[in-house]
Amino acid sequence: MLNLLSIITFTPAIAAVILALFLRGEDEAAQQNAKWLALVATTATFLISLILLFGFDPQNTDFQFVEEREWILGLSYKLGVDGISILFVMLTTFLMPITILACWNVTHRVKEYMIAFLVLETLMIGVFVALDLVLFYLFFEAGLIPMFLIIGIWGGKERIYATFKFFLYTFFGSVLMLVAMIAMYVDAGTTDIPTLMTHQFSAGPLNLMGWQIAGGMQSLLWIAFFASFAVKMPMWPVHTWLPDAHVQAPTAGSVILAAVLLKMGGYGFLRFSLPMFPVASDIFAPFVLWLSAIAILYASLVALVQEDMKKLVAYSSVAHMGFVTMGIFAATQQGLDGAIFQMISHGFISGALFLAVGVIYDRMHTREIAAYGGLVHRMPVYAAVFMLFTMANVGLPGTSGFVGEFLTFMAVFQVNTWVALVSATGVIFAAGYGLWLYRRVVFGPLIKASLKTIPDMDRREKLMFAPLVAMTLILGIYPSLITDIIGPSVAALVGDYDAALAAHEGAQVPATSLAQN
Amino acid sequence: MTSLDLTIALPEILLALYAMAALMFGAFFGKDSVATPILWATVAVFLLLAVLVGTMAPEARPAFGGLMVDDSFARFAKVAILIAGAAVLAMGQDYLSRQDLLRFEYPILVALATVGMMVMVSSGDLITLYMGLELQSLSLYVLAAFRRDSARSTEAGLKYFMLGALASGLLLYGASLVYGFAGTTRFEGIASTIQDGQLSLGLLMGLAFMLAGLAFKVSAVPFHMWTPDVYEGAPTPVTAFFATAPKLAAMALLARLVHDAFGGAPGDWAQILAFLAVASMFVGAIAAIGQRNIKRLMAYSSITHMGFALVGLAAGDLVGVQATMLYMAIYLTMSVGVFAFILAMRRNGRPVTQIEDLHMLSKTQPLHAFAILILMFSLAGVPPLVGFWAKFSVLAAAVNAGLVWLAVAGVIASVIGAFYYLRIVYFMYFGEEREALDGDVATVQRVLLTVSAAVMVLGVFNLFGVDGAAALAAQALAQ
Repeated sequence: MLNLLSIITFTPAIAAVILALFLRGEDEAAQQNAKWLALVATTATFLISLILLFGFDPQNTDFQFVEEREWILGLSYKLGVDGISILFVMLTTFLMPITILACWNVTHRVKEYMIAFLVLETLMIGVFVALDLVLFYLFFEAGLIPMFLIIGIWGGKERIYATFKFFLYTFFGSVLMLVAMIAMYVDAGTTDIPTLMTHQFSAGPLNLMGWQIAGGMQSLLWIAFFASFAVKMPMWPVHTWLPDAHVQAPTAGSVILAAVLLKMGGYGFLRFSLPMFPVASDIFAPFVLWLSAIAILYASLVALVQEDMKKLVAYSSVAHMGFVTMGIFAATQQGLDGAIFQMISHGFISGALFLAVGVIYDRMHTREIAAYGGLVHRMPVYAAVFMLFTMANVGLPGTSGFVGEFLTFMAVFQVNTWVALVSATGVIFAAGYGLWLYRRVVFGPLIKASLKTIPDMDRREKLMFAPLVAMTLILGIYPSLITDIIGPSVAALVGDYDAALAAHEGAQVPATSLAQN
Repeated sequence: MTSLDLTIALPEILLALYAMAALMFGAFFGKDSVATPILWATVAVFLLLAVLVGTMAPEARPAFGGLMVDDSFARFAKVAILIAGAAVLAMGQDYLSRQDLLRFEYPILVALATVGMMVMVSSGDLITLYMGLELQSLSLYVLAAFRRDSARSTEAGLKYFMLGALASGLLLYGASLVYGFAGTTRFEGIASTIQDGQLSLGLLMGLAFMLAGLAFKVSAVPFHMWTPDVYEGAPTPVTAFFATAPKLAAMALLARLVHDAFGGAPGDWAQILAFLAVASMFVGAIAAIGQRNIKRLMAYSSITHMGFALVGLAAGDLVGVQATMLYMAIYLTMSVGVFAFILAMRRNGRPVTQIEDLHMLSKTQPLHAFAILILMFSLAGVPPLVGFWAKFSVLAAAVNAGLVWLAVAGVIASVIGAFYYLRIVYFMYFGEEREALDGDVATVQRVLLTVSAAVMVLGVFNLFGVDGAAALAAQALAQ
């Protein structure tokens, strides 16, 4: 299987082309066919990606399953996975069939909806397997188009504002990254990511229009990449597009946005910022740590006062992404392990929470917390599932949410105790908004007339949640499933990072001591 | 003058002869009743000439003692001009005959303008440059005012003529200064007078005036004021023509002038071009936001795109020229697609040009709406569509030349610009349902729209080899 990664990446796209070309009509049967084809395609992609997972050798820290071909303008089409990226590929392929199931009730332009999601899946997988700078950018950026349409066409009332904001925010972030990528290409003479990881970008002080810039070119490149990934993550204070986009997006769109698209930012930090600009990352680490701490605290407080369920979950996502950036820029084995674990686990948990909101939204067509109450009396299964994911979101031991938070805390505590302290406060608020939301929606007397006949989850919905429940519990009980795969690659990354910093220090010390003499 | 010289200029001569023959034919046989056959004949001649030019021997050949040059740069530009001209003529036929505007002079004027453009891109001398430019401009002035009974069209023609004459005057004045200080009008001769990468004051002034004149022709800010009015006022097929071939011709001429004649002092003109580029990108992008008329919007969009193309030239090296030529070729393809659709925008048989008329086009004409969607994202420069590669190549050229600030300015402008392209998508896909546009789109328009959109998507595989051709073209210029 030489082209395994290409096959995984482009299977959904091929299904989308088949849908676009051969499926005609708007009637019930055509809609069913579109959904089934999308479900089969995404499931097939997942099954093929299992071959990847079982064929992957965690001990080998190089890129595996590498494919390379000539491409345009001196670039190359190069794919590959290592311990860091493979789990994101798996996360994407795992969640897509669930997402397709989540849009089973859609009746408006079903064919186009399915095409948008299938194309989006190709682009998301592409981001995680691309080993060429420009190829990465291409997948990273192209994902905006289907997401723009998904929010704009199938979204809620304020969808136009939300989708424009989403597009322009992320577009602005990433074009700066494009300039940085071109600058890297000019400097290193290649766009090959593995080569760039070993390329030393100049980190000597640089004078720019009278400003002395520590870390020189590395700092400037780092800032440009940060602009893109921080918006995508999203980090405080550039997170404001996220609540809007989440609230207005259809359920399946929210799931994908929270579960996969946000992870691209974290993946970018791991793939580019840390290994390629170690000196700059070290310089900016305290800054990022504090931004993360603020994000955790601030987003948790904001989530506390939300009246819209989706907005609440969206702010909770911002807070959880704060743990990710915190772990990454602690730059230790524990921190990175924790950050990756947190991203994977957040993929399941936040996805499930948005699905949970979607389940009752489908029935009542409102996301107002105040419109609910006492659901446990009519929907016991739903109450149990929602309970599990609320607890996982809060970080209860035994669920996957706990492991990531705990690891990042451990790492950050050693690096910067104050940041750990502030963000730990945020966790308390997280428990507050999570439990309070649950109480208001699920417990209490069932007094609202409209809720008296609400049915519990049907078979499709249970099927949708089952894999997520399983993953959340398995990873919570047996986290080595993930850390065994990412461990060696992360260790190599941390080792290279420390070595690069030490080399830089070594180069700096003689210079300073010379100046002192 | 030897016979060889005539074979080198054969495409231009053939096209000029054809235009005159068609004029005679039209004048003596039935005037406007033969307009349609003449139009299709012109399309065929354009395409044949494109094949002829495209398959000529690859080496550079000067003709008439260096007045004209036929090299791979000229051939690249000529093929693009001829194909774009043919496409615009073909897709305008339906519109013109519906509007009762199809006069037999129309294709002939387009052919004469095309002769002018072909001379422009082949020029090796200031005199040739001016002759080609004026032949093109005079034909375009008439075309802009083609709808004689419409005040707007006449106004557009007059405005274009007045400002165009001013620009020609500037250009001519600059040329006379250059001649005065260099002692020759031949590009090679001018290049040989430049020493140590510095222009003498007189040459610098001459260059600045000539650049101003050419900036008018490519509608770069601050010489862009005519563009929106002329685009809006002129009949739509003429607007489509303005937006495509003449832009490429003027840009190619600019590239040839600065490299072949002033290539020894890139520092002097690169700054001017960088300023024009930044100003065009931002003014075009910001001013387009408030537009309601799609023709005006495309005018501002073309200003922005010319700014991007100038970024490549501002790099001051051949990598930049390659990027610019690639950019222009891609821009032409996108414009042809968009205008093919604008020409088909009708409601109850009357042409409409408001953006709001696109409301929920995706319901009534899903295929066309999707093609426009692709073209809009491509114009905005979103990967993987080909418009992204155009932007990528000029940005790479700028960074390669150390102009990082210019690249940063460019990407910021492209974010601003993305807004109004998205707005069109918004109207087509997220809007409210209103009275629909007429669905009967002429076959040619449908084909050009679809092909253009397909090229934007499929180009991600290899750009159809245009990048290689552009590289070959750039190599022909003097460094």
